[in-house]
Amino acid sequence: MKPKRQRMMLMGVAALVLVASTALGLSALGSKKQYFMTPTDLATRHTLSGENFRLGGLVTVGSVKHLADGVTLTFQVTDLQNTLPVKFRGITPDLFREGTGVIAEGHMDRAGMFVANTVLAKHDENYMPPEVAASLKKSGRWKPYGQVTR
Amino acid sequence: MITEFGHLALCLALAVALIQATLPLYGAYARDGRLVALAVPSALVQATLVGISFACLTTAFVRSDFSVLAVFQNSHTLKPMIYKISGVWANHEGSLLLWVLILSLAGASVAVFSKALPADFRARALAAQAMIGVGFYVFLLFTSNPFARLLPTPAEGRGLNPILQDPGLAFHPPMLYAGYVGLSVAFSFAVAALIEGRIGPLWARWVRPWTLAAWSALTCGIALGSWWAYYELGWGGYWFWDPVENASLMPWLAATALLHSAIVLEKRDALKSWTVLLAIVAFSLSLMGTFIVRSGVLTSVHAFAVDPKRGIFILSFLVLAIGGSLTLYGWRASKLENSGAFATVSREGFLVANNLVLMALLSTVFLGTLYPLALDSFSGKQISVGAPYYMATFVPLSALLIFLAAVGPLLSWRQDEFIRTKQRLLIVAAITAGGTLMVLILRGIPSGLAALGFIMTFWLVGGVVADFAHRLRYGDGGPVATLERVARLPRSVYAMVLGHLGVAITVFGITASGAWQSEVLTVTRVGQTLRVGPYDFRLSDLQPIGIKNFTAIDATVDVSEHGMPVYTLHPQTRTYTDPPSETTEAGIHSRWNGDLYAVIGKPDGHGRWQVRFHWKPFVTMIWLGALVMALGGIVAISDRFSRTLGVRRVAIILQPAE
Repeated sequence: MKPKRQRMMLMGVAALVLVASTALGLSALGSKKQYFMTPTDLATRHTLSGENFRLGGLVTVGSVKHLADGVTLTFQVTDLQNTLPVKFRGITPDLFREGTGVIAEGHMDRAGMFVANTVLAKHDENYMPPEVAASLKKSGRWKPYGQVTR
Repeated sequence: MITEFGHLALCLALAVALIQATLPLYGAYARDGRLVALAVPSALVQATLVGISFACLTTAFVRSDFSVLAVFQNSHTLKPMIYKISGVWANHEGSLLLWVLILSLAGASVAVFSKALPADFRARALAAQAMIGVGFYVFLLFTSNPFARLLPTPAEGRGLNPILQDPGLAFHPPMLYAGYVGLSVAFSFAVAALIEGRIGPLWARWVRPWTLAAWSALTCGIALGSWWAYYELGWGGYWFWDPVENASLMPWLAATALLHSAIVLEKRDALKSWTVLLAIVAFSLSLMGTFIVRSGVLTSVHAFAVDPKRGIFILSFLVLAIGGSLTLYGWRASKLENSGAFATVSREGFLVANNLVLMALLSTVFLGTLYPLALDSFSGKQISVGAPYYMATFVPLSALLIFLAAVGPLLSWRQDEFIRTKQRLLIVAAITAGGTLMVLILRGIPSGLAALGFIMTFWLVGGVVADFAHRLRYGDGGPVATLERVARLPRSVYAMVLGHLGVAITVFGITASGAWQSEVLTVTRVGQTLRVGPYDFRLSDLQPIGIKNFTAIDATVDVSEHGMPVYTLHPQTRTYTDPPSETTEAGIHSRWNGDLYAVIGKPDGHGRWQVRFHWKPFVTMIWLGALVMALGGIVAISDRFSRTLGVRRVAIILQPAE
């Protein structure tokens, strides 16, 4: 085979691989992606039961309660307009505190409670989900160094 | 005063970089030897200036000079000295200063160590290097000045986030940056080759050590980050497919492809334009990785607060650097004629296949990382892409990659037939079947995914063993002759063996720890015992303790096996005062066959404590494998180095185009 012809073929195969891997990726995205929602999104949008998504907001002050088994806790997540009850079994991350930003991954149960598989608190305590930050700014409760007025 | 001196040095470095980026380039074009000769001294002066600047910032941190904003925001007088120093790069401004420091040091070492290169080529490469530097200096000085002052001077600093006060994380950014920046040398050499329109095996011989060093550093950097997440975050996980992690994985994949394709260029004088493209892509991804992390554009557990001015600058710089180099590539790549064709079934044929699969892996990671960002900016919908996506894309493609990685080295260059490697392929198959069967009998394989992982491990080990045995012609002439051959094998063979074995070790660690791990999450009282896998974990005691900058609840967890004490773990929950925060410190003990891992949570108010105990078989292999891979890279460099020194007459370094 002539080098030039082989180079053309190589380019062709490379393009094909790129298209194929993108197609693989897109099809995986279609079924595996998780939407990011705030309690307001959930109040206005219908979600499929059993669908996994991420819930972001602030942990409502005074809402964290431990159940009798000692390792399950319930709390409220709010975006200051709507609130959603969340249940989580596990040890909460270090930065998880009432009044700070949180992202929970999980699904809605039949009773309208969000069952979280994982709870992430932000590494940077000044950071919070952008939509929550936006609504905090709107309601005038935003302070630049992250402390939310209670 | 020292602070202003550091600022001034940085401004001067920008001026020198501007000179270095333009005059030598013009000199090489206009054949003006005096301008070309500027490249080397300006690279050295630039590195000295940035070194001074970095030293000034470090001094401010060491002395806890809170009149400097970056120090106030990230340091504290009570912090141990090592974290005062690592605080220099544990923030946006300082980490970028570290970046340019490493960049300018890389430029200076190109200037010093490549004296044998033709002056024009070196001038062009150093000019390209300086252009990258200019972008970073401007970004630092105009949007992220690390020497910004604060008035009035506060008495005490804000402190450093305690989970960042950790030896693993102190050395993670420098390692990662050394990797990113090392790839800039391959990039600059690629740009210079494109400008000259000439490239040949000796180009690959010069670029490979840099790529290997960068790749080894990147491997260690990624492993350190993963190890840190494992022991510090207390979740017991080691990889989260977080955008920030993917940002370092993508250049690694590209660098892996680059160092393989550079072998083909060096040995067979083929894949010229492909290798140049990979060099550009690898560094472009490094730039993107740096900026993804530094700009916080992605919703991510690592993300830092967003600043729009920086974002716009970053975007323009990326477009300029990546777009510019790709345009140059599109314009000049056709000048780099390939000289040799090759057969599909050959070493180089499989190396090409390896490159294609690596590119496929890269594009799926790229898609998974950037698609959420694109969707957010175009439609306002926020999604996240996590482990399930990568299980569906990354796992099957890496299985394919590993399949090829074991077979490729068995084939010879130019042309081969599978029938000639039949014996070795049979050895590979036998080792795979035997090893997997042994694991199945001894420990059991709980899932199809685990089976795939073990098969891939043994397939790769089999490939290495079969290749090694073949090269040694084992048994030929008795053990003494074989030993002599062991000593005479080129180091590049050992490098390949180590690199591939490292991958096998990591895959084994991932598979085994996933397949056989045990976890217990519950509340328990002092004195109670819990069964975790083959071990008994007993919460024996809880004590409050106080250390310099934190207080803690220290738990004593005695672990025993069949009644025999094994180890005493000390998980803690710590409370830091500056800034006020709590962290959990996992108690971890590594045994030869796995890790004991204990986390203490919070009291439940009835005298019980939340605990999470794990037994994680062979989890340490994940990072050990990465170390072995990096060691392979270092061995390959030593091989390169000894050969490059042998090549004194390098006038032929860039072979003329046909």
